Amino acid sequence: MRIGVVTFPGSNSDVDALNALSVAGVEPVSLWHESPDLKGVSGVILPGGFAYGDYLRAGVIARFSPVMRGVSDFAAKGGHVLGICNGFQVLAESKLVPGALLRNRSLRFASKIVAIKPQRLDSPFTHKATGAAMHIPIAHGEGCYYADDATLDDLERNGQVLWRYVRADGAPALDPDDPANPNGSLRAIAGVCNAAGNVAGLMPHPERMSEAILGSDDGMGLIRSFVESARAWETGR
Amino acid sequence: MSEFRYAVNVLPKPGILDPQGRAVELSLPHLNVTTVSRVRVGRRVELSVTAEAEPEARLVVDALAKELLSNPLIEAYEIELLEGTSSIVSAAALPGVKVTRS
Repeated sequence: MRIGVVTFPGSNSDVDALNALSVAGVEPVSLWHESPDLKGVSGVILPGGFAYGDYLRAGVIARFSPVMRGVSDFAAKGGHVLGICNGFQVLAESKLVPGALLRNRSLRFASKIVAIKPQRLDSPFTHKATGAAMHIPIAHGEGCYYADDATLDDLERNGQVLWRYVRADGAPALDPDDPANPNGSLRAIAGVCNAAGNVAGLMPHPERMSEAILGSDDGMGLIRSFVESARAWETGR
Repeated sequence: MSEFRYAVNVLPKPGILDPQGRAVELSLPHLNVTTVSRVRVGRRVELSVTAEAEPEARLVVDALAKELLSNPLIEAYEIELLEGTSSIVSAAALPGVKVTRS
């Protein structure tokens, strides 16, 4: 099976994502931002980085790139799309997932290991996870998740909040000023999915914790969940 | 065809946390300024549009402001006409358009 990773000008985690897919046992395929052709892949990752320099707002210029036409069509057909960090910002600007990513509450670029916990284990992006906290890196300046209260309530009701930042005791870091909430995200939200459940984004980088030599493979539960969901979708077509 | 020059002023919506505005506010005591509050930091984009008439040009700017220059979820925008007049409609007569002639 083939899974694609988009490279935008300014992407910097595309190679890490391609590597994590190899670790998961699938054939990684590099996709270029200038072409809407997804080369027949069964799933797509939008990787981290600073697409188009993040000018204007993180992710907004990438939204209008040719490859995103292909990604939107793919998502509309039910294909699985995972946005990581800048990829999450691109998905949010493209309205493929709800909400927006604001400047970190601290105004600082945050680069460190954080703890996040899947909020459900029956979603296409979490079903291979253990349910324990995953310790994976973040590296972003605009990761403060925001949506209005009504939208946040809807997301919770529909089970669209997939990951939350958690404290050492495992409880969600709901206070935006809690040090375990690295960017001030509302309701400690680290990642969400769309209503259909086939498109998800998160700020932390699971692909950077994909094998022991990188520190741990804490991120692989997420990557394997995504890969297996893509496989099941491809098989069911 | 005429050329019309606009500024689009984009600001975080009221109620949205604006850490840049807060940082500016927190610096005020260092300047011994005590009378300034409610600082908001946004961005200003200036652009020129070629069109037959001002209302037509304004539609283009408005669409751009909604789609690209602002994120309506978190930001509000205001369009300002900087240069250019129309022989058909006076820009000053348009609601919501502030006219600044240079």
